[in-house]
Amino acid sequence: MQFSENWLRTFVDPSLDSDALGHLLTMAGLEVEEAHPVAPPFSGVVVAHIVEAEKHPNADKLKLCKVDVGAGEPLQIVCGAPNAAVGMKVPCAKVGAVLPGDFVIKAAKLRGIDSSGMLCSGRELGLSEDHSGLLALGDDAPVGMDIREWLALDDTCFVIKLTPNRADCLSLTGVAREVAALTGTPLISAPLSLVPPASDNRRDIVLDAPEKCPRYCGRVISRVNAKAQTPGWMKDRLKRSGLRPIHALVDITNYVMLELGQPLHAFDNARLSGAIHVRLPNPGEELQLLNEQVVKLTPDTLLIADEARVLALAGIMGGEETGVTEETAEVFLESAFFTPDAVAGRARTYGFTSDASHRFERGVDFQLQRPAIERATQLILDICGGMPGPVEEARSDEHLPCREEVALRPARACQVLGIDLTAEAMRGLLEREHLTVRDLAVELRVTPPAFRFDIETEEDLIEEIARLHGYDNIPSLAPRGNLAMLASTESARTEWDVRHFLAGRGFQEVVNYSFVDSAWERDFCANNTPIRLANPIASQMDVMRSSLIPSLVSNLATNRKRQQNRVRVFELGRCFTQRTVDGAGEEVPGFHQPRRLAALAAGTALPEQWGEPARTVDFFDLKGDLEALFAPRTLTFAPVSVPALHPGRAASVFLDGRDIGVTGEIHPVWVQRFELGTAPVVFEVDLDATLSALCPESGEISRLPTVLRDLALVVPASISAGQVLDALREAAPATVQEIVLFDVYQGKGIESGCKSLAFRISMQDTQRTLEDSEVDEAVSGLLRHVERTVGGRLRV
Amino acid sequence: MDNLDQLVIDARATFAEVTAAAALEQAKARFLGKNGLVTEQLKALGGLAPEQKRERGAEVNRVKAAIETALAERREALREAELSAQLKAEALDVTLPGRGAAPGGLHPVSRTLERIERLFQSIGFVSVDGPEIETDWHNFTALNIPADHPARSMHDTFFLKGREDVLLRTHTSPVQIRAMLAHVEQHRHCNPMPDLRVIAPGRVYRVDSDATHSPMFHQVEGLWIGERVSFADLKGVVADFLCKFFETDDLQVRFRPSFFPFTEPSAEVDVAFMGGALDGRWLEVAGCGMVHPNVLRYGGIDPERYTGFAFGFGPDRLTMLRYGVNDLRLFFEGDLRFLSQFR
Repeated sequence: MQFSENWLRTFVDPSLDSDALGHLLTMAGLEVEEAHPVAPPFSGVVVAHIVEAEKHPNADKLKLCKVDVGAGEPLQIVCGAPNAAVGMKVPCAKVGAVLPGDFVIKAAKLRGIDSSGMLCSGRELGLSEDHSGLLALGDDAPVGMDIREWLALDDTCFVIKLTPNRADCLSLTGVAREVAALTGTPLISAPLSLVPPASDNRRDIVLDAPEKCPRYCGRVISRVNAKAQTPGWMKDRLKRSGLRPIHALVDITNYVMLELGQPLHAFDNARLSGAIHVRLPNPGEELQLLNEQVVKLTPDTLLIADEARVLALAGIMGGEETGVTEETAEVFLESAFFTPDAVAGRARTYGFTSDASHRFERGVDFQLQRPAIERATQLILDICGGMPGPVEEARSDEHLPCREEVALRPARACQVLGIDLTAEAMRGLLEREHLTVRDLAVELRVTPPAFRFDIETEEDLIEEIARLHGYDNIPSLAPRGNLAMLASTESARTEWDVRHFLAGRGFQEVVNYSFVDSAWERDFCANNTPIRLANPIASQMDVMRSSLIPSLVSNLATNRKRQQNRVRVFELGRCFTQRTVDGAGEEVPGFHQPRRLAALAAGTALPEQWGEPARTVDFFDLKGDLEALFAPRTLTFAPVSVPALHPGRAASVFLDGRDIGVTGEIHPVWVQRFELGTAPVVFEVDLDATLSALCPESGEISRLPTVLRDLALVVPASISAGQVLDALREAAPATVQEIVLFDVYQGKGIESGCKSLAFRISMQDTQRTLEDSEVDEAVSGLLRHVERTVGGRLRV
Repeated sequence: MDNLDQLVIDARATFAEVTAAAALEQAKARFLGKNGLVTEQLKALGGLAPEQKRERGAEVNRVKAAIETALAERREALREAELSAQLKAEALDVTLPGRGAAPGGLHPVSRTLERIERLFQSIGFVSVDGPEIETDWHNFTALNIPADHPARSMHDTFFLKGREDVLLRTHTSPVQIRAMLAHVEQHRHCNPMPDLRVIAPGRVYRVDSDATHSPMFHQVEGLWIGERVSFADLKGVVADFLCKFFETDDLQVRFRPSFFPFTEPSAEVDVAFMGGALDGRWLEVAGCGMVHPNVLRYGGIDPERYTGFAFGFGPDRLTMLRYGVNDLRLFFEGDLRFLSQFR
């Protein structure tokens, strides 16, 4: 809602300056988004009349003008504007005038001729962008008058952001009413003038859907001059309210809408046939709108029709064929009340919004139709002339909204707000806002006026009390409650612990969009049934991601382009997949949306440094990070094949036998396609798995010496280290404390197709020193088991 | 007599000339060895009369002890010199950078979220979480936003293809409903039900994209429901949080009337810093209000008995204000040059 402060002050004129007025509105819930002066500061510019305009003797493009500024002899002014002509009235900056930008006008010589002043364009005065010629003032502009006064430029444009509950403030009188209530300043309201009919030209109105349109006023006005000029003051007020003047009839309906809040529509009466029907569409009906869009009418769209065709979307927009034009001689004026339910959301289904629908869907005063049509009639007669017919009013009383009494318990209001206010004080506040109050001792009974659509419950009244009492006057209390300690679970970590752990290991957290390119889902995740957005913001963000990895790869590609070659990033976020089977247990049935944790490392293993030979980060570096993240719990790994990863360098990750994710090197195909240079390594696991921890438990520490034995085994190359370790652990007696793999070797000295794995076995007993024979026996037991299960033998 | 003293002087001089441990042992032999000069003097005692022998013997022993002392001193000096040479040789350039990894860091918005969580935990709020693909019911209906309500047009919602009943949540407020339902279920045998105090940080989505809007952004929802929770409590908690978050008391906080379907009365919260680049400007940082009775009912809570407040902060905005970031989009571009500033 945008309006001019001067216009507002014709309805209510509190002794507040513009800033204070703006603050008042904002603190009452009518947030002032913007308040800008209509014109920048300038002075010394008056209305001038061009009495002579000759060609400059020394310049083709300049003119030598004599202008009358209302005092003394006409001034001689050199002017370059192509439209400067005798008889025109234009703004003239006299010598000594100060134009926007502190530009001082001095007497000057232009191409040898004296010039005492400057004739101005709209742009030179900061009034418009127009610099094609002088700003033409109307013939009625009084010569010599200060231009600021003539054009009423000492004015401020307010733009207020209204919340949907405050439709009553979508008009000048609405805002004025609010300002009057808040400041106690009287409201200046013009008495309603009824315009008596001058003809019996009329049109029948039938309410076919009275529950959606319980009141419809119509009036025929014949012999109007639609070509009449809209007066300057009306144009200015429209412009300062953000509306473009079009032609007089349309301008008048817009003006009344701004002034009173009642949207009106003017039909060209000559194009209507028979009675007006307010009804729902018949199947297949269409309408070409004023904005030239052709819409197919949905069954729940209320429309205005005559006996031949559809004329308008009720309360939303008129049709192209029956709208008024400058050729219109006879107008049918509509002023109706459409219920919020009948209009709400409809314009949006057709893909636009209008000033009318914006007001109707939030609620228009249902007693305003008659006054508004009278007001519009008067303005039409004043500006365009014409002969009004009688006002036809079709009404269904039973369907008009009724304002029910709402009970307010003052004690409840005080409790909810944390204030101390008497019932009497509350009554005073509410009555200022035009609410009718009955005091029943235990409670107040409050009836809202017709223009308020937001007062139906006690909470609505409590809100009103809070607003009128002033939010600033509600105290700010320190929180009170029962002190109880929050749980602090040792067997659980928080997501912050996980974040800090990874940050501590050199990873930078990133946050990527949850929607990605469907091609990524297909290529990286083999996901051909991704969750698609119906209205993606861009085609490369059309599906919900089922993995965090592609986003991290994209982060790497972006950073490589910015010369960041060593990249270590992680992200914690949800992934999304369809769940058609077993989807019922999900928070939202059918969608699996677990929180996942993924990390990517690329480039050198260590940052640029001098102390270690440089090498590229590899699978085992990241695996080490992953294992450290989960320590002391141990993960197990098994080869896996997924499209994102190198088939020989990828593993599923298991915790306590549960598959919690993958780790591996990005597949060379993607490395090449995304120009990643060296292959990055990644992991992605369920976040929840990382959040469980173990509460430590103390055991007995042996004072006896540890016995160490090394065991080098030769196994077929196809056997994994994990298999051998598993075999060793299976067969290990209780005295074996730890088995560590400390060497892997393949090459000279080992037959081809085999590899050597060396393990250090620590043995200890808590009660006694181990005998050599026991140790030997244990080691050979391990060896025998490995021979039997995985085909290994002792390296000799 | 003289030649004995001379012996000590000679020994000291000889030892002093020696610079290596092995040479010192040879020098020792010259004086104290089997045929050494001192040993000879001792051997020569045999030929003296007992009286003289005792006297001379004491003399020689004194000389011997003096030479041994000189030897030990020299030995010690050589050892020290050797150690100091070794230490000198082992000296490092301590200005060389340390070996190992450079630190990573949290995303700036994560830093903010962690601080928010910690501040609210200190007054007994528990952090909870909710799904991002959310039902229309949780995101709108249960929050008192029925179909066709004009407030729905304020939320430019992402919908999923082929589904009308689900969407990407437009705010974290649906977590209110989930938290209420879970709380009521957990305490259904308690009378009165203990206070519900939760915050719910998370990602939310709206169809909007420019320098100040991102199609995905963060919110933190807060909810406190109890038997006598009032708007005055809401003002206290929110204002206290803002001062603690920005670590300053030089902060003006104002609450101005607004409208959200799920709270009534509703307020928007503005802050103004006193000083700095943003001196005196009112900046919107949160929306809040008393939980609407309809919302309490949808959450299974009797609005006559319990009241509560809810608030929603924009942590992206708070992060921008706190660290002086001027373009929201930087948070979601993964540019390490930007992100690494927040280590």
